[in-house]
Amino acid sequence: MNPAPAVGVSLPERQHTPDNVQLMLYNAVLWNGHRIHFDLPYATEVEGYPGLVLAGPMLGDWLHQVVDEWLGDKGMITSVNYSNRGATYVGDTLTAGATITAYDPDTGELTLDVFIKNAEGDVVAPGVIGAKLTA
Amino acid sequence: MTGLLNDELLANIGRQSEPRREVVTRRDIRKYAVATGARLRKYLDGDVAPPMFHVPLFWDVVELDQLTPDGVSVDTLLPKFPLERAMAGGLEIDYLKPIHPGDWLTATRTLTNIYEKAGRSGPLIFYEVLMDIVDDEGELVIREKTTRILR
Repeated sequence: MNPAPAVGVSLPERQHTPDNVQLMLYNAVLWNGHRIHFDLPYATEVEGYPGLVLAGPMLGDWLHQVVDEWLGDKGMITSVNYSNRGATYVGDTLTAGATITAYDPDTGELTLDVFIKNAEGDVVAPGVIGAKLTA
Repeated sequence: MTGLLNDELLANIGRQSEPRREVVTRRDIRKYAVATGARLRKYLDGDVAPPMFHVPLFWDVVELDQLTPDGVSVDTLLPKFPLERAMAGGLEIDYLKPIHPGDWLTATRTLTNIYEKAGRSGPLIFYEVLMDIVDDEGELVIREKTTRILR
């Protein structure tokens, strides 16, 4: 596990630049037919969005991935609490990151603040993840 | 109470969906892992399900004529609310047991709360849906609470 767990430590960030194909596959996996995710004329002309809208739970998944990739086989995520604050679009560059806010070496329990930021630096999906290191 | 929520609407609190039982397959895990850009081999190979895999597993499958013109499946657990425009919502999930291919899981959704708050540009309606997912031994695998805001 790199970096080693300690309060205040930030985990390696990850950039996501989802394209139409990834967004289509994600919604296909969900069986989500909402037009704002694949029908560009509908999304822009009818709903007034600037582009195809990224699915909110996909960003939620990326919050997990930052922590999960750091944990590797040394622990598991036990809880998450997050919200989608603003819409994001195909073509956006999004950055996922996490900072450890609590760590108990005796129990292995960790709490992390997690976020997805857009290119302007606005947090579009803030959250908190709980994890537990395996002995 | 400013009056958007009457007793008839609030009487829906406690309403529960029919339990839904689904099987976890390696193929479905792999598709989810690829679509989310997962990089951990255990997920890409489908050996174990990543967090949030229960989202696609229990997404409603409805027939074409039940979708709205914008392609959305109507959530039949919910009553008709006096506000309809959905705003950002939140998700709270507890992960209690790992999920593997071959697992049969059963989800039950309950509408646990409806309440109103004054927003900056008018009233807001909040509602909460709890989804409990258990395995065939009856043990809780995932508990998820969704909060949605309508304006």
